[in-house]
Amino acid sequence: MDSRRRDVLRAGGAAGIWSVLAAVGIAAPAQARDARNVAAFEATTFDDALRALGAEDAAESGAVRIVAPDVAEDGRAVTISVASDIPRTEQIVVLIEENPYKVAASFRLSGAMAPAIQTRVKMARSTRVHALVRAEGRLFVAWREVTVTVGGCGT
Amino acid sequence: MSTPTRIRATRKDGATELRMLLSHPMENGLRKDAEGKRIPAHFITEVSVQRNGEIVLEADFGPSIAMNPYLAFSIAGGAPGDEIVVSWRDNLGDSRSDAIRVV
Repeated sequence: MDSRRRDVLRAGGAAGIWSVLAAVGIAAPAQARDARNVAAFEATTFDDALRALGAEDAAESGAVRIVAPDVAEDGRAVTISVASDIPRTEQIVVLIEENPYKVAASFRLSGAMAPAIQTRVKMARSTRVHALVRAEGRLFVAWREVTVTVGGCGT
Repeated sequence: MSTPTRIRATRKDGATELRMLLSHPMENGLRKDAEGKRIPAHFITEVSVQRNGEIVLEADFGPSIAMNPYLAFSIAGGAPGDEIVVSWRDNLGDSRSDAIRVV
């Protein structure tokens, strides 16, 4: 248990250090680490996003659960929950297939955190929401279709 | 400058449930204003949540996260007086940190 937590923190790398130092006012945010997967966040095609995440061969899994409305009236704020039943879940990534930028968020979980997260996303149009889960270095995915009445990304 | 993050922390069944509402426009850089000029991208890129100085969650955000980002999740254990700190940083280099005590 303890060693697992250390591994997760190490995977987060200097991110933790940035946060801690910034919190006590030692480090300027500009000194932050770059654990952010920039290629994934800048991907404008879904295939590029998956490639950047190393997730082309991720296994579809019923143990990754997405809760989202079937129909979202307002694409500016759609509530999405992702929960993982996979042991040792280390990371949850939320992707929105038809948005201009595909990766909405990547969550790196400590051992203290229950492997479930709820947030709100913008959705440009009706599309699939994908959830990618990394557990012990392996990747699992699930998706869910959401119909959007009024798009929320703007042009 | 920026508006404080609203944080709720409630203990329930041996865990601490956290809900937070960050205040941020989360502009994706693709919208245009009334005059047809593009509104520059301005969005939170990183969030960290700590309990008593230990990181419990780190998140990277893209511009698809909705305006005034909301996060809800649960962490094991917890006691009254625990300090919860929520910090964020955005693509323009702004940042802020807010703390509450678990009641």
